[in-house]
Amino acid sequence: MPPEAAAEARGPRPVVEFLKIPERGAPYLEGQKCRSCGAIFLGERKTCSSCGASGTLQATQLSNRGELYVYSIVHRSFPGVEVPYVSAIVDLEGGGTVKGNLIGIDPDPQKIKMGMPVEVVYEIAPRKDKEGNEYLTYYFKPRA
Amino acid sequence: MSENVYVVGIDMIRFGRFPEKSVPELGAEAAQLALKDAGVKIQDVEALYCGNLMQASGMVGQRILHEIGQTGIPVTNSANACATGATALRGAWMSIRAGVYDLVLVVGVEQLGKAGLLGGAGGGSGISKEGLLGSNTMPAVFAEAGMEHARKYGTTFEQFAKVSVKNHKHSTKNAKSMYRNETPLEMVMGAEMIAYPNTKLMCSVNVDGAAAAVLASEKKARELGMRRAVKISASILTSDPFTQRDLVMPDVNTCTRQAAAKAYEMAGIGPDDLDLVELHDCFATAEILHYENLGLCGEGEAGKLIDEGQTAHGGRIPVNVSGGLLSKGHPLGATGVANVYEIATHLRGEAGDRQVEGAKVGLTHVIGLGSACGIHILEKTP
Repeated sequence: MPPEAAAEARGPRPVVEFLKIPERGAPYLEGQKCRSCGAIFLGERKTCSSCGASGTLQATQLSNRGELYVYSIVHRSFPGVEVPYVSAIVDLEGGGTVKGNLIGIDPDPQKIKMGMPVEVVYEIAPRKDKEGNEYLTYYFKPRA
Repeated sequence: MSENVYVVGIDMIRFGRFPEKSVPELGAEAAQLALKDAGVKIQDVEALYCGNLMQASGMVGQRILHEIGQTGIPVTNSANACATGATALRGAWMSIRAGVYDLVLVVGVEQLGKAGLLGGAGGGSGISKEGLLGSNTMPAVFAEAGMEHARKYGTTFEQFAKVSVKNHKHSTKNAKSMYRNETPLEMVMGAEMIAYPNTKLMCSVNVDGAAAAVLASEKKARELGMRRAVKISASILTSDPFTQRDLVMPDVNTCTRQAAAKAYEMAGIGPDDLDLVELHDCFATAEILHYENLGLCGEGEAGKLIDEGQTAHGGRIPVNVSGGLLSKGHPLGATGVANVYEIATHLRGEAGDRQVEGAKVGLTHVIGLGSACGIHILEKTP
């Protein structure tokens, strides 16, 4: 199989390590929860930086539902980054806080309400890496 | 018994853009001004603590001595994001407090030029996350920190903008400030939006700059003369303790609050005893947070504090009368020494047009993301 076809067969890569793409079933965000103190991290680690315990971190599937904690509307970024966009901090139901773009709403402080319910959605990122590989990313969208 | 430590000489160069000069040259200029102010020579200095961020592996302190005198003294170079200068100062303070030295030089220096946006420029594997998974540029990070205050207390875009109006106005009286222009509220709010609610005039200025201080033990300070000496009554550094959102949203509040509590305890004073404060207004939103973090007002009262002009020159507790990072400029490694210069100048009664009358006690605060918070409390010597 030529390398391009092999890449396609493997499907998109996750944009970050804590976005999991199972062989079967829907993608999800994974947290690492400390059994000792309950702190939730993003990405694998050996030691909990909240309580200092080692070997207590367990993978846990994070919820796709959450609420918008805070945001900023970004108008100035680096070349090639489309603006304006909404940078958002979201608290997920059941624990875990994640940062990402809030889409599906006008980038207008009159419309965006802190505390509003949002959901995590998964889409192919509009950027590829230098080798042309596709990435699966996540966004936040307002939910009813 | 630990020693009292005094600032016996301190100065800074005017902040600006000096592309024709090197980092060690800028640092050397400030160092020589501070030595002159203290009335000592480089041969009298027993150690150098140097703060610089962008050339952290470049032996900047030694290169400064190559400019002003290679006396063979120990040099400690430090880098700690925007707390770099305060970290160098604290290193010098500790060395005297521990009784190791009697006279130590501190230099904070940075050459940023027109660095543009800081933070968020990539790193990591795969594709760039900037603008895909939110923003990690400094204006956006501090905008989000400000929005947390807005969420809790209803703080408005206008209130954040008023910080910038105040600090730009203050800078008109500071000959060492990068900018010295008044910016009315409409101008601040109508400036190019960078990351809501921070407009361009609500972002600190990337500049080149250097500031230096000569610290002395009590014995040495008495020998040199106490008339213009300023006592360092607290020197505190904290890092960010674990808080849940800190993983994705740098928590600039908790480490500041912990540093403030320790600083007040060490100095044996409270926030009501302060006559002026130079705090880390890297963005207008940040200044509002730190009013409460430093205990200058009660929880949720920061908006009222700025509305009532209590932190303006002539108000109850003037904040950033130098013009702050917003107008004076923010040369990262120099900032934490330059703010001590500002306070010391007022305590010495030498601040001219912008003098806070009768100032006896002042506080400096810096915060470097990642995170490090440095606080110094300074007192006029009787």
